[in-house]
Amino acid sequence: MNRSGIAQLLLFFAYLLLQVLVLRNVALFNTAFCFFYIAFILLLPIETNPLLLMLAGFLLGFSVDIFYNSMGLHAFATVLVAYLRNYWLNTITPQGGYESGAAVTVAANGLQWFLVYTIPLIFLHHLVLFFVEAAGVTLFWYTMLKIVGSLVFTMLVVVLFQFLTPPRRRL
Amino acid sequence: MERLINFIYEYRAFFTFLFLELLCAWLVVENNQYQSTQYFNSSNRVSAQLLGFSQGVREYFSLRTINEDLARENAELRRDLERTRIQLTEATTDTTRINQFDFVSAKVMANSTHLYKNFITINKGKADGLYPGMAVIGDAGAVGKVKSVSDRYAVVISLLNVDEQVSGMIKRTNHFGTVRWNGIDQRYTTLQFIPRHATPVKGDTVVTSGYNAVFPEGIMIGIVTEVNLKSEAPFWDIEIELSQDFGRLAFVEVIKSKLKSEKDSLEKVTTGERR
Repeated sequence: MNRSGIAQLLLFFAYLLLQVLVLRNVALFNTAFCFFYIAFILLLPIETNPLLLMLAGFLLGFSVDIFYNSMGLHAFATVLVAYLRNYWLNTITPQGGYESGAAVTVAANGLQWFLVYTIPLIFLHHLVLFFVEAAGVTLFWYTMLKIVGSLVFTMLVVVLFQFLTPPRRRL
Repeated sequence: MERLINFIYEYRAFFTFLFLELLCAWLVVENNQYQSTQYFNSSNRVSAQLLGFSQGVREYFSLRTINEDLARENAELRRDLERTRIQLTEATTDTTRINQFDFVSAKVMANSTHLYKNFITINKGKADGLYPGMAVIGDAGAVGKVKSVSDRYAVVISLLNVDEQVSGMIKRTNHFGTVRWNGIDQRYTTLQFIPRHATPVKGDTVVTSGYNAVFPEGIMIGIVTEVNLKSEAPFWDIEIELSQDFGRLAFVEVIKSKLKSEKDSLEKVTTGERR
Protein backbone atom coordinates (compact mmCIF):
# COMPACT_ATOMS: atom_id res chain seq x y z
CA MET A 1 0.00 0.00 0.00
CA ASN A 2 1.37 3.41 -0.91
CA ARG A 3 1.46 6.49 1.25
CA SER A 4 -1.83 7.98 0.15
CA GLY A 5 -3.54 4.67 0.78
CA ILE A 6 -2.38 4.65 4.39
CA ALA A 7 -3.39 8.28 4.80
CA GLN A 8 -6.87 7.47 3.53
CA LEU A 9 -7.11 4.50 5.86
CA LEU A 10 -6.31 6.72 8.84
CA LEU A 11 -8.83 9.26 7.59
CA PHE A 12 -11.44 6.49 7.41
CA PHE A 13 -11.07 5.79 11.13
CA ALA A 14 -10.91 9.49 11.97
CA TYR A 15 -14.24 10.11 10.23
CA LEU A 16 -15.77 7.02 11.83
CA LEU A 17 -14.72 7.91 15.38
CA LEU A 18 -15.74 11.54 14.99
CA GLN A 19 -19.16 10.40 13.82
CA VAL A 20 -19.92 7.76 16.42
CA LEU A 21 -18.32 9.35 19.47
CA VAL A 22 -19.10 13.02 18.98
CA LEU A 23 -21.64 13.74 16.27
CA ARG A 24 -23.90 10.85 17.29
CA ASN A 25 -24.82 12.85 20.38
CA VAL A 26 -25.56 16.06 18.52
CA ALA A 27 -29.08 16.93 17.44
CA LEU A 28 -30.09 20.54 16.88
CA PHE A 29 -33.73 21.33 17.70
CA ASN A 30 -34.32 17.57 17.66
CA THR A 31 -34.46 17.73 13.85
CA ALA A 32 -31.00 18.53 12.47
CA PHE A 33 -28.34 15.83 12.60
CA CYS A 34 -24.81 15.82 11.30
CA PHE A 35 -23.70 12.89 9.16
CA PHE A 36 -20.26 14.23 8.45
CA TYR A 37 -18.83 10.79 7.73
CA ILE A 38 -20.28 10.91 4.22
CA ALA A 39 -17.64 13.56 3.42
CA PHE A 40 -15.02 10.80 3.46
CA ILE A 41 -16.61 9.23 0.38
CA LEU A 42 -17.25 12.56 -1.32
CA LEU A 43 -13.72 13.89 -0.80
CA LEU A 44 -11.72 10.87 -2.00
CA PRO A 45 -9.50 11.73 -4.99
CA ILE A 46 -11.41 12.20 -8.26
CA GLU A 47 -9.91 9.21 -10.04
CA THR A 48 -10.65 6.67 -7.31
CA ASN A 49 -11.75 3.30 -8.66
CA PRO A 50 -15.56 2.97 -8.42
CA LEU A 51 -15.33 -0.54 -6.96
CA LEU A 52 -13.01 0.68 -4.24
CA LEU A 53 -15.33 3.62 -3.59
CA MET A 54 -18.34 1.37 -3.08
CA LEU A 55 -16.40 -1.03 -0.88
CA ALA A 56 -15.16 1.85 1.28
CA GLY A 57 -18.70 3.21 1.38
CA PHE A 58 -20.06 -0.13 2.48
CA LEU A 59 -17.47 -0.60 5.22
CA LEU A 60 -17.89 2.95 6.51
CA GLY A 61 -21.69 2.79 6.47
CA PHE A 62 -21.69 -0.64 8.07
CA SER A 63 -19.36 0.50 10.85
CA VAL A 64 -21.57 3.51 11.53
CA ASP A 65 -24.58 1.18 11.59
CA ILE A 66 -23.03 -0.90 14.34
CA PHE A 67 -22.95 2.12 16.62
CA TYR A 68 -26.37 3.42 15.59
CA ASN A 69 -27.99 -0.04 15.96
CA SER A 70 -29.43 0.40 12.48
CA MET A 71 -28.07 -2.59 10.55
CA GLY A 72 -27.66 -1.81 6.86
CA LEU A 73 -29.31 1.60 6.89
CA HIS A 74 -26.24 3.83 6.67
CA ALA A 75 -24.47 1.25 4.52
CA PHE A 76 -27.33 1.39 2.01
CA ALA A 77 -27.31 5.18 1.72
CA THR A 78 -23.53 5.42 1.61
CA VAL A 79 -23.07 2.78 -1.09
CA LEU A 80 -25.65 4.61 -3.19
CA VAL A 81 -23.72 7.87 -2.88
CA ALA A 82 -20.42 6.10 -3.57
CA TYR A 83 -21.88 4.62 -6.75
CA LEU A 84 -23.34 7.86 -8.08
CA ARG A 85 -20.41 10.03 -7.09
CA ASN A 86 -18.21 9.42 -10.13
CA TYR A 87 -21.11 9.84 -12.56
CA TRP A 88 -21.97 13.14 -10.93
CA LEU A 89 -18.31 14.22 -11.06
CA ASN A 90 -18.29 13.50 -14.80
CA THR A 91 -21.51 15.42 -15.33
CA ILE A 92 -20.25 18.59 -13.69
CA THR A 93 -16.71 18.53 -15.11
CA PRO A 94 -15.51 22.13 -15.29
CA GLN A 95 -14.23 23.55 -18.58
CA GLY A 96 -10.91 21.97 -19.38
CA GLY A 97 -11.57 18.94 -17.19
CA TYR A 98 -9.98 17.93 -13.91
CA GLU A 99 -6.25 17.87 -13.46
CA SER A 100 -4.94 14.37 -13.14
CA GLY A 101 -4.84 13.18 -9.54
CA ALA A 102 -6.83 16.20 -8.44
CA ALA A 103 -8.38 16.21 -4.99
CA VAL A 104 -11.95 17.23 -4.34
CA THR A 105 -11.49 20.51 -2.50
CA VAL A 106 -12.76 24.04 -2.53
CA ALA A 107 -9.18 25.15 -3.11
CA ALA A 108 -8.86 23.13 -6.31
CA ASN A 109 -12.16 23.90 -8.01
CA GLY A 110 -13.81 26.81 -6.26
CA LEU A 111 -16.65 27.08 -3.77
CA GLN A 112 -19.46 27.18 -6.32
CA TRP A 113 -18.34 23.95 -7.96
CA PHE A 114 -17.88 22.37 -4.56
CA LEU A 115 -21.44 23.21 -3.50
CA VAL A 116 -22.91 21.96 -6.78
CA TYR A 117 -21.00 18.73 -6.21
CA THR A 118 -21.78 18.09 -2.56
CA ILE A 119 -25.32 19.40 -1.96
CA PRO A 120 -27.23 16.98 -4.26
CA LEU A 121 -25.26 13.95 -3.09
CA ILE A 122 -25.62 14.77 0.59
CA PHE A 123 -29.30 15.51 0.05
CA LEU A 124 -29.74 12.12 -1.62
CA HIS A 125 -27.89 10.40 1.22
CA HIS A 126 -30.12 12.01 3.86
CA LEU A 127 -33.26 11.42 1.78
CA VAL A 128 -32.62 7.69 1.55
CA LEU A 129 -31.42 7.49 5.15
CA PHE A 130 -34.45 9.11 6.76
CA PHE A 131 -37.12 7.58 4.57
CA VAL A 132 -35.77 4.06 4.93
CA GLU A 133 -35.52 4.63 8.67
CA ALA A 134 -39.10 5.89 8.84
CA ALA A 135 -40.04 2.82 6.74
CA GLY A 136 -42.58 4.74 4.67
CA VAL A 137 -44.05 8.15 4.09
CA THR A 138 -46.53 8.38 6.97
CA LEU A 139 -44.54 11.19 8.59
CA PHE A 140 -43.68 12.80 5.26
CA TRP A 141 -43.36 16.47 6.22
CA TYR A 142 -41.67 15.79 9.54
CA THR A 143 -39.17 13.54 7.78
CA MET A 144 -38.58 16.21 5.10
CA LEU A 145 -37.92 18.73 7.85
CA LYS A 146 -35.33 16.39 9.35
CA ILE A 147 -33.72 15.87 5.94
CA VAL A 148 -33.43 19.56 5.11
CA GLY A 149 -32.31 20.45 8.63
CA SER A 150 -29.62 17.76 8.54
CA LEU A 151 -28.55 18.80 5.04
CA VAL A 152 -27.90 22.36 6.22
CA PHE A 153 -26.07 21.11 9.33
CA THR A 154 -23.89 18.58 7.50
CA MET A 155 -23.10 21.06 4.69
CA LEU A 156 -22.04 23.71 7.19
CA VAL A 157 -19.60 21.31 8.83
CA VAL A 158 -18.27 20.01 5.51
CA VAL A 159 -17.64 23.50 4.13
CA LEU A 160 -16.21 24.67 7.43
CA PHE A 161 -13.70 21.83 7.37
CA GLN A 162 -12.71 22.85 3.84
CA PHE A 163 -11.63 26.25 5.13
CA LEU A 164 -10.07 24.91 8.32
CA THR A 165 -7.75 22.41 6.66
CA PRO A 166 -4.83 23.98 4.80
CA PRO A 167 -4.72 23.13 1.07
CA ARG A 168 -3.02 19.75 0.95
CA ARG A 169 -0.18 18.88 -1.31
CA ARG A 170 -1.18 16.35 -3.90
CA LEU A 171 -0.82 12.88 -2.50
CA MET B 1 -21.14 -17.82 -22.00
CA GLU B 2 -18.12 -15.75 -22.85
CA ARG B 3 -20.41 -12.94 -23.87
CA LEU B 4 -22.21 -13.11 -20.60
CA ILE B 5 -18.95 -12.91 -18.68
CA ASN B 6 -17.84 -9.99 -20.82
CA PHE B 7 -21.15 -8.28 -20.18
CA ILE B 8 -20.86 -8.73 -16.44
CA TYR B 9 -17.23 -7.60 -16.49
CA GLU B 10 -18.09 -4.50 -18.49
CA TYR B 11 -20.77 -3.49 -16.04
CA ARG B 12 -18.92 -4.75 -12.95
CA ALA B 13 -19.38 -1.45 -11.13
CA PHE B 14 -23.12 -1.65 -11.55
CA PHE B 15 -23.29 -5.27 -10.48
CA THR B 16 -21.15 -4.62 -7.42
CA PHE B 17 -23.46 -1.74 -6.62
CA LEU B 18 -26.50 -3.96 -7.01
CA PHE B 19 -24.99 -6.69 -4.87
CA LEU B 20 -24.00 -4.35 -2.04
CA GLU B 21 -27.37 -2.58 -2.04
CA LEU B 22 -29.27 -5.85 -1.94
CA LEU B 23 -27.08 -7.00 0.92
CA CYS B 24 -27.82 -3.77 2.81
CA ALA B 25 -31.54 -4.01 2.10
CA TRP B 26 -31.53 -7.57 3.39
CA LEU B 27 -29.75 -6.43 6.55
CA VAL B 28 -32.29 -3.65 7.09
CA VAL B 29 -35.21 -6.02 6.71
CA GLU B 30 -33.57 -8.70 8.83
CA ASN B 31 -32.87 -6.19 11.59
CA ASN B 32 -36.54 -5.21 11.72
CA GLN B 33 -37.53 -8.69 12.72
CA TYR B 34 -38.15 -8.40 16.38
CA GLN B 35 -35.78 -9.97 18.89
CA SER B 36 -32.99 -11.69 17.13
CA THR B 37 -29.54 -12.61 18.18
CA GLN B 38 -27.15 -10.27 16.53
CA TYR B 39 -23.54 -9.42 16.79
CA PHE B 40 -23.27 -6.41 14.53
CA ASN B 41 -24.79 -3.89 16.86
CA SER B 42 -23.64 -1.86 19.81
CA SER B 43 -23.73 -4.84 22.16
CA ASN B 44 -20.44 -6.09 20.78
CA ARG B 45 -17.54 -5.45 23.07
CA VAL B 46 -15.49 -2.95 21.07
CA SER B 47 -18.33 -0.63 20.19
CA ALA B 48 -19.92 -0.89 23.63
CA GLN B 49 -16.67 0.12 25.30
CA LEU B 50 -16.18 3.04 22.93
CA LEU B 51 -19.73 4.21 23.49
CA GLY B 52 -19.29 3.74 27.23
CA PHE B 53 -16.28 6.02 27.13
CA SER B 54 -18.17 8.73 25.31
CA GLN B 55 -21.13 8.36 27.68
CA GLY B 56 -18.75 8.59 30.63
CA VAL B 57 -17.47 11.95 29.48
CA ARG B 58 -20.99 13.30 29.16
CA GLU B 59 -22.09 11.75 32.42
CA TYR B 60 -19.40 13.63 34.28
CA PHE B 61 -21.31 16.81 33.59
CA SER B 62 -24.58 15.48 34.96
CA LEU B 63 -23.32 13.75 38.12
CA ARG B 64 -25.36 15.99 40.37
CA THR B 65 -28.72 15.15 38.79
CA ILE B 66 -27.83 11.47 38.63
CA ASN B 67 -27.07 11.52 42.34
CA GLU B 68 -30.35 13.21 43.10
CA ASP B 69 -32.27 10.71 41.01
CA LEU B 70 -30.59 7.77 42.72
CA ALA B 71 -31.20 9.16 46.17
CA ARG B 72 -34.85 9.72 45.38
CA GLU B 73 -35.19 6.26 43.94
CA ASN B 74 -33.58 4.84 47.06
CA ALA B 75 -36.12 6.52 49.24
CA GLU B 76 -38.99 5.28 47.13
CA LEU B 77 -37.66 1.74 47.21
CA ARG B 78 -37.40 1.78 50.95
CA ARG B 79 -40.99 2.94 51.19
CA ASP B 80 -42.08 0.24 48.78
CA LEU B 81 -40.22 -2.36 50.78
CA GLU B 82 -42.07 -1.38 53.90
CA ARG B 83 -45.40 -1.49 52.12
CA THR B 84 -44.66 -4.90 50.67
CA ARG B 85 -43.69 -6.30 54.04
CA ILE B 86 -47.06 -5.32 55.42
CA GLN B 87 -48.88 -6.76 52.44
CA LEU B 88 -47.02 -10.02 52.69
CA THR B 89 -48.41 -10.79 56.11
CA GLU B 90 -51.75 -11.47 54.49
CA ALA B 91 -50.55 -12.73 51.12
CA THR B 92 -49.95 -16.10 49.55
CA THR B 93 -47.31 -18.51 50.82
CA ASP B 94 -46.28 -19.50 47.28
CA THR B 95 -42.71 -18.23 47.29
CA THR B 96 -42.29 -18.55 43.53
CA ARG B 97 -45.10 -16.10 43.09
CA ILE B 98 -43.75 -13.68 45.65
CA ASN B 99 -40.29 -13.82 44.08
CA GLN B 100 -41.72 -13.82 40.57
CA PHE B 101 -39.63 -10.84 39.54
CA ASP B 102 -35.93 -10.34 40.03
CA PHE B 103 -34.09 -7.09 39.35
CA VAL B 104 -30.68 -6.51 37.78
CA SER B 105 -29.30 -2.99 37.89
CA ALA B 106 -27.43 -1.85 34.78
CA LYS B 107 -25.64 1.26 33.60
CA VAL B 108 -26.59 2.95 30.34
CA MET B 109 -23.67 2.92 27.90
CA ALA B 110 -25.39 4.62 25.00
CA ASN B 111 -28.80 6.05 24.39
CA SER B 112 -30.58 7.96 21.65
CA THR B 113 -33.90 9.75 21.69
CA HIS B 114 -34.15 11.59 18.38
CA LEU B 115 -34.28 8.80 15.79
CA TYR B 116 -37.43 6.94 14.77
CA LYS B 117 -35.98 3.74 16.12
CA ASN B 118 -34.12 4.39 19.32
CA PHE B 119 -32.06 1.86 21.22
CA ILE B 120 -30.25 1.83 24.54
CA THR B 121 -27.04 -0.08 25.19
CA ILE B 122 -26.50 -1.30 28.76
CA ASN B 123 -23.54 -2.93 30.51
CA LYS B 124 -25.15 -6.21 31.57
CA GLY B 125 -25.43 -9.23 29.33
CA LYS B 126 -25.72 -12.98 29.08
CA ALA B 127 -23.23 -13.41 31.94
CA ASP B 128 -25.70 -11.64 34.26
CA GLY B 129 -28.60 -13.81 33.17
CA LEU B 130 -30.12 -11.47 30.62
CA TYR B 131 -31.85 -12.75 27.52
CA PRO B 132 -33.97 -11.12 24.80
CA GLY B 133 -37.50 -10.16 25.80
CA MET B 134 -36.84 -8.98 29.36
CA ALA B 135 -38.40 -5.75 30.56
CA VAL B 136 -36.28 -2.71 31.42
CA ILE B 137 -37.43 0.05 33.77
CA GLY B 138 -35.87 3.32 34.88
CA ASP B 139 -36.24 5.28 38.11
CA ALA B 140 -39.54 6.82 36.98
CA GLY B 141 -41.15 4.18 34.80
CA ALA B 142 -41.01 1.70 31.95
CA VAL B 143 -38.06 2.04 29.55
CA GLY B 144 -38.18 -0.86 27.10
CA LYS B 145 -37.43 -4.47 26.29
CA VAL B 146 -34.10 -6.29 25.83
CA LYS B 147 -33.58 -6.88 22.11
CA SER B 148 -30.28 -8.71 21.91
CA VAL B 149 -27.50 -9.70 24.28
CA SER B 150 -23.80 -10.41 24.12
CA ASP B 151 -21.73 -11.77 27.00
CA ARG B 152 -21.34 -8.49 28.84
CA TYR B 153 -23.67 -6.05 27.08
CA ALA B 154 -27.22 -5.83 25.84
CA VAL B 155 -29.19 -3.66 23.45
CA VAL B 156 -32.58 -2.50 24.69
CA ILE B 157 -35.36 -1.47 22.33
CA SER B 158 -36.56 1.80 23.83
CA LEU B 159 -40.20 2.82 24.31
CA LEU B 160 -39.15 5.61 21.95
CA ASN B 161 -39.05 3.22 19.02
CA VAL B 162 -41.85 3.09 16.49
CA ASP B 163 -41.57 -0.71 16.38
CA GLU B 164 -42.00 -1.20 20.12
CA GLN B 165 -45.43 -1.98 21.56
CA VAL B 166 -46.23 -2.38 25.23
CA SER B 167 -49.52 -3.40 26.73
CA GLY B 168 -50.74 -0.45 28.82
CA MET B 169 -53.70 0.10 31.05
CA ILE B 170 -55.59 3.15 32.32
CA LYS B 171 -55.24 2.67 36.05
CA ARG B 172 -58.56 4.27 37.00
CA THR B 173 -60.83 2.32 34.65
CA ASN B 174 -58.73 -0.82 33.98
CA HIS B 175 -59.19 -0.49 30.20
CA PHE B 176 -56.12 -1.76 28.40
CA GLY B 177 -54.56 -0.84 25.08
CA THR B 178 -51.26 -0.64 23.27
CA VAL B 179 -48.63 1.97 24.04
CA ARG B 180 -46.78 2.92 20.90
CA TRP B 181 -44.55 5.87 20.05
CA ASN B 182 -45.38 8.03 17.04
CA GLY B 183 -41.78 8.99 16.33
CA ILE B 184 -42.03 12.72 16.96
CA ASP B 185 -41.56 14.02 20.49
CA GLN B 186 -39.40 12.19 23.02
CA ARG B 187 -41.62 13.36 25.90
CA TYR B 188 -44.89 11.98 24.55
CA THR B 189 -46.21 8.64 23.37
CA THR B 190 -49.66 7.36 22.43
CA LEU B 191 -52.09 4.81 23.85
CA GLN B 192 -54.03 3.00 21.13
CA PHE B 193 -57.05 0.71 21.00
CA ILE B 194 -58.94 2.09 24.01
CA PRO B 195 -62.56 1.38 22.98
CA ARG B 196 -65.24 4.08 22.55
CA HIS B 197 -67.18 3.18 25.65
CA ALA B 198 -64.23 3.83 27.94
CA THR B 199 -64.01 7.26 29.51
CA PRO B 200 -60.37 8.34 29.64
CA VAL B 201 -59.80 11.88 30.90
CA LYS B 202 -56.82 14.19 31.06
CA GLY B 203 -54.64 13.32 34.03
CA ASP B 204 -55.38 9.59 34.07
CA THR B 205 -52.40 7.44 34.99
CA VAL B 206 -51.29 4.83 32.46
CA VAL B 207 -49.41 1.78 33.76
CA THR B 208 -48.27 -1.52 32.29
CA SER B 209 -51.02 -4.12 32.22
CA GLY B 210 -49.03 -7.25 32.99
CA TYR B 211 -50.87 -9.18 30.30
CA ASN B 212 -47.73 -10.24 28.48
CA ALA B 213 -45.74 -11.01 31.64
CA VAL B 214 -42.78 -9.03 30.35
CA PHE B 215 -43.49 -6.09 32.61
CA PRO B 216 -44.91 -6.66 36.06
CA GLU B 217 -48.35 -5.16 36.41
CA GLY B 218 -48.55 -1.52 37.44
CA ILE B 219 -45.21 -0.14 36.25
CA MET B 220 -45.69 3.57 35.56
CA ILE B 221 -45.72 4.65 31.92
CA GLY B 222 -47.11 8.17 32.02
CA ILE B 223 -49.99 10.61 32.45
CA VAL B 224 -52.72 11.21 29.86
CA THR B 225 -52.37 14.73 28.46
CA GLU B 226 -54.85 14.68 25.60
CA VAL B 227 -57.92 12.61 24.72
CA ASN B 228 -59.74 12.85 21.44
CA LEU B 229 -62.57 10.81 19.91
CA LYS B 230 -63.29 11.22 16.21
CA SER B 231 -66.96 10.75 15.35
CA GLU B 232 -66.56 7.51 13.38
CA ALA B 233 -63.47 6.08 15.05
CA PRO B 234 -63.80 2.86 17.04
CA PHE B 235 -60.98 3.85 19.39
CA TRP B 236 -59.84 6.92 21.32
CA ASP B 237 -56.76 8.91 20.31
CA ILE B 238 -54.85 9.28 23.55
CA GLU B 239 -51.59 11.12 24.13
CA ILE B 240 -49.47 10.29 27.16
CA GLU B 241 -46.68 12.28 28.72
CA LEU B 242 -43.96 9.77 29.61
CA SER B 243 -43.02 9.77 33.26
CA GLN B 244 -39.49 8.60 32.46
CA ASP B 245 -37.23 11.30 31.04
CA PHE B 246 -35.41 9.37 28.30
CA GLY B 247 -33.10 12.30 27.67
CA ARG B 248 -31.09 11.62 30.82
CA LEU B 249 -31.22 7.95 31.49
CA ALA B 250 -28.18 6.86 33.52
CA PHE B 251 -29.15 3.67 35.36
CA VAL B 252 -31.88 1.17 34.54
CA GLU B 253 -33.12 -2.05 36.02
CA VAL B 254 -33.72 -5.21 34.04
CA ILE B 255 -36.57 -7.37 35.27
CA LYS B 256 -36.22 -11.12 35.17
CA SER B 257 -39.63 -12.69 35.19
CA LYS B 258 -39.43 -16.22 36.55
CA LEU B 259 -42.94 -17.14 35.54
CA LYS B 260 -42.81 -15.80 32.00
CA SER B 261 -41.87 -19.08 30.33
CA GLU B 262 -44.59 -20.87 32.25
CA LYS B 263 -47.21 -18.31 31.30
CA ASP B 264 -46.10 -18.23 27.67
CA SER B 265 -46.13 -21.97 27.25
CA LEU B 266 -49.55 -22.20 28.88
CA GLU B 267 -50.92 -19.59 26.49
CA LYS B 268 -49.31 -21.31 23.55
CA VAL B 269 -51.05 -24.54 24.46
CA THR B 270 -54.37 -22.74 24.88
CA THR B 271 -54.30 -20.82 21.62
CA GLY B 272 -52.39 -23.39 19.60
CA GLU B 273 -50.15 -20.59 18.49
CA ARG B 274 -46.70 -21.41 17.20
CA ARG B 275 -43.88 -18.96 17.25
